[in-house]
Amino acid sequence: MEAQEVVLRLSRITKRFGALTANDAISLTLHRGEVIALLGENGAGKTTLMNILFGQYTADDGTVEAFGAPLPPGNPRAALAAGLGMVHQHFTLADNLTVLENIQLGTAPLWRLGLGRVTARAKLARLAADFGLGVDPDALVGSLTVGERQRVEILKALYRDARILILDEPTAVLTPQESDALFETLRRAVETGLSVIFISHKLHEVMALSSRVLVLRHGRLVGEVATAETDKHALAALMVGAEVSAPAVAPAVAGPALLTLRDASTRNQGAAPGLKSVSLELRAGQITGLAGVSGNGQSALSDLISGLTQLQSGSLDVAGAQVKWTPRAAVASGIARIPEDRHKTGTIADFSLTENAILETYNQAPYSRHGIMDWQAAEAHTRNLITTYDVRCPGPSGPIRQLSGGNMQKLILGRVLELSPKIILANQPVRGLDIGAITYVHSRLLAARDAGAAVLLISEDLDEIMGLSDVIHVISEGRLSPEFARGEQSAAELGLWMAGQGFADAA
Amino acid sequence: MRLEPIANPGLARSLGFPALALAATVLVASLLAALAGANPLLTLGLVIKGAAGSKFALLETLNRATPLIFTGLAIAVAFRAKLWNIGAEAQLYGGAIVTVVLGTSALSGMGGFALPVVALAAMVAGALILLGPVMLKTRFGVDEVVTTLLFNFIMLLLVSYLLEGPMKDPMGMGWPKSAPLDKALRLPRIATGLRLHWGFGLALIAAGVVWFVQTRTTLGYEMRAVGLNSQAARFAGIPVNLVLVKTALLSGGLAALAGFSEVAGLKGHLSLDLSPGFGYTGIIVAMLALLHPLGVVVTAIFVAGIFVGADSMSRAAGVPTYIADMLLATALLLMVLAIGLTKFRVVRG
Amino acid sequence: MSVLFDILLTASFWAAAVRIASPLIFATMGELICERAGVLNLGIEGIMVIGAFSGWMAVYLGMGLWGGVAVAMLAGMLFGLLHATLTVPFGLSQHVVGLGVTLLATSTSYFAYRLILPEVTSPPKIEPFQALEIPYLADIPLLGPALFAQTPLTYAAFAVVGLTALTLYRTPLGLAIRAAGESPQAVAAQGLSVTGLRMGAVIVGSGLMAVGGSFLTLSAFSSFFFEMVNGRGWICIALVVFGAWKPGKAMLGALLFAGFDALQIRLQQTPIGQIVPYQVFLMAPYILSILALILMSRRAQVPAALMVPFNKGER
Repeated sequence: MEAQEVVLRLSRITKRFGALTANDAISLTLHRGEVIALLGENGAGKTTLMNILFGQYTADDGTVEAFGAPLPPGNPRAALAAGLGMVHQHFTLADNLTVLENIQLGTAPLWRLGLGRVTARAKLARLAADFGLGVDPDALVGSLTVGERQRVEILKALYRDARILILDEPTAVLTPQESDALFETLRRAVETGLSVIFISHKLHEVMALSSRVLVLRHGRLVGEVATAETDKHALAALMVGAEVSAPAVAPAVAGPALLTLRDASTRNQGAAPGLKSVSLELRAGQITGLAGVSGNGQSALSDLISGLTQLQSGSLDVAGAQVKWTPRAAVASGIARIPEDRHKTGTIADFSLTENAILETYNQAPYSRHGIMDWQAAEAHTRNLITTYDVRCPGPSGPIRQLSGGNMQKLILGRVLELSPKIILANQPVRGLDIGAITYVHSRLLAARDAGAAVLLISEDLDEIMGLSDVIHVISEGRLSPEFARGEQSAAELGLWMAGQGFADAA
Repeated sequence: MRLEPIANPGLARSLGFPALALAATVLVASLLAALAGANPLLTLGLVIKGAAGSKFALLETLNRATPLIFTGLAIAVAFRAKLWNIGAEAQLYGGAIVTVVLGTSALSGMGGFALPVVALAAMVAGALILLGPVMLKTRFGVDEVVTTLLFNFIMLLLVSYLLEGPMKDPMGMGWPKSAPLDKALRLPRIATGLRLHWGFGLALIAAGVVWFVQTRTTLGYEMRAVGLNSQAARFAGIPVNLVLVKTALLSGGLAALAGFSEVAGLKGHLSLDLSPGFGYTGIIVAMLALLHPLGVVVTAIFVAGIFVGADSMSRAAGVPTYIADMLLATALLLMVLAIGLTKFRVVRG
Repeated sequence: MSVLFDILLTASFWAAAVRIASPLIFATMGELICERAGVLNLGIEGIMVIGAFSGWMAVYLGMGLWGGVAVAMLAGMLFGLLHATLTVPFGLSQHVVGLGVTLLATSTSYFAYRLILPEVTSPPKIEPFQALEIPYLADIPLLGPALFAQTPLTYAAFAVVGLTALTLYRTPLGLAIRAAGESPQAVAAQGLSVTGLRMGAVIVGSGLMAVGGSFLTLSAFSSFFFEMVNGRGWICIALVVFGAWKPGKAMLGALLFAGFDALQIRLQQTPIGQIVPYQVFLMAPYILSILALILMSRRAQVPAALMVPFNKGER
């Protein structure tokens, strides 16, 4: 390859949110036909940088140049017109529109009469064939699978004649096999002269796809290396700032089953699948990992164990379970529930730390008697949690919305673990946390396991599952795989299960 | 332009914007008065004088404030739980009907001892009227704003039917009004010679009770949790639908007390003009009080003062009384904006 | 039963149904456009009042009838602008703002009415729109008078339905509006302004609501009364739900609804009306609306972002 034309140049981009500097003087260049990877932990500033590039945010400082011309800040249309195409981590598709309508959205002047569907359909068909991205143009997007939606997003960018494609964590929602297909598409795109920025925190993908890696940490560019000249360990060290070693997990001695599901089925919730005849045992002193691609029934299982949904058929056995299965019954049966979304489900943003700390126990002594609250008792309890669980906060009476994600999660941990639970449901417990908080949460879960609790760890991060779990199940379209012991299956083998292979298709 | 949440609004911000909103309302009022060809300052003076210029005016204002405290509380309680009860008008009439039915019945033989029974029965009626829309919301997901609004119209027609039919006063000279309440069942005046009935005292007590419920009881905690984030409340084990039903019972009951107090304290009978929109004005009262139950007492007196003052000003200065409604609607919108601006700041880019 | 048949076989019944439906159709289309873009407009009741008042007042003060319609529309758009400014860029509660706009628009109408006509006891009349008979078609039995002998404003109502449907489903603008009510993120990602689209939809929708109001004074009755809108706005909100947010279905809903209304008016004149108090008949529209809401509650596809404010750059 000869010296290639520079298609994109970011110079000293800086963006602050209040006291937080999300991007600190970041510069990068992208050449024609090149794939660069932007590597960094959650919160390192990758997404912010791309949102600036796309005009969703305006940088406080710095410039962007595309194909030699400066890009006006804060103007998404200019970015699109300059040939930039973005596939967001959270898809930007309207469920009530068809694939074709979603792709056409914003491509024609608003005041034009007619949609020009015939031409659009032809162009879409050609692109789909060229890049191997088959999808029905007349299907409602709401009825598509996650993988198909991502194809629509990529087609959307290609339809706009994008010459620079930016993908934000594109594999987070894909099976390993779907990811491979995506990489194939990207390779084809690069051959035709497109350039790609690939944002990820998964080292093996970065190694497989990119020619150059840029590493972000705490909003700063901390390294830029040619992929050929580095390896996973070096990248990981750059990413977290120190050599990482997976926590050494001592093997567990499993006790009796504390929660048992037999042929459990639940209703589908809209597009999200329900459970399909799932049998599962959570045993004392053991972490059960649930691997799977997002949206394959994890929520159904977690909602069921949380008490939010009832069984359609099958049985759920928890020692001490009451007749009617509700969230309150779940708590009463000794289930600690760490919800997937700590902002929307786990806490009430405008409530104080104290009010949040007693969300599950407010109707019991000492926090209330005969329907009358005892706020002093509640506050004393909260102070105790703040100390024991190292929650960094101004005090128990401030609103919890002021806390960082990690501190919020620590309060939730304290809220449920202080009840000495027998069963712990941890749904994506470390998503979006920094490395310090992740280690803390993991160590707490391991400690609870060692103290005899049965832990169900649900995560879309296969590395986390494989690192912590004593036994692993894979969930796919609401079906549960057999139980695998630690180390029994490789990541690739689990990936096949995640893609839905291996299940007896009787269900 | 976009909004950025403010984690910790300072005192200047949390009081400054609402104060600005009130100032802007006064400005709008002056413009309207000028538009009507009156001197704004003089008009304002007349309003204040009409509302609080004499003992008579002040008592008139407090009398007018009484139903507004009840409806304001009803709406503050409901809105706090994000239950959009726009049907306080219907619940008020429900309370009034029951008051008249019981108040002209055999119960009157019991004298003043029957008053608590009548009040309680009125509350039950109001509670049941709101229960319908709330059940539709929790069972079928029907938006309660529209159903409670539609109930207002249905209820007024029911009252109209009752007053022309079964409840018509035979001595009413053909006017559509009910027979008068038994003397024994009228709410007494707070002090002899003082033209202020015990409905006002009851309203103050109700405000205190609501404040206690909201801040000191598990029910209050549940109502606030459901209002701020029903998803998290449900996850935590709070029975959201049951809390909404309890909220509805409390809210409907409070609104019905407005009807009870107007009939038993002020009018002595039921007629179609019992409420000149107390149910709707209650929304303004509650919002201006930032949904705080003790604040409701203050804003209800303030709003009543504007109405009473505007009435007497209108006679003197010839500015249409509807200026009061315009003012309050303006105050409502500006106050909502002001509250918004204490939580968010507008930033560029 | 024969009473019912007698009514259904009179041309005047069908004509009345279409006439009663006309203001509802305008306002329902207006609300539908707002909600498709993601904004619930509870200002509708007051905006219909200001439309009824301002259109009538303009004509009373010497403007032509179409001038009155234009004035009504402008007045509606002005209150739409107020609603949109508070709910869209500022993201304030659509419930509270909508009620506030209704209170403000209503009291403004009454204030202005008393300001301009301080002394009158019975409201003055204007010369309203006259029926425009389409030659030959108007002579079709039953349907002719209903569909082809109405005032121009009724024809306009049906044209607005077609225009709304065409715009929503057959233009890039309509695509963007529908997307704004479902996934504003998708719209913003294309560099389109969610704020602009939503504000535009609320302003135009409010204009249509006001025209619906003006139908009452310029076509149906010839003067302005207090409380003449009488909950029609709230009924239109129910009709949008009943029509599953689709213009054609919402129009059918309005016609069906108006048919029941026309029927109850006529039933009052029959022997049934002697037995059943008239208030029961008058309650029918409101009860029907509630029933419609219950009926559709399970199956309607609500725009996913209805009542969800969108704030660009929210993290």
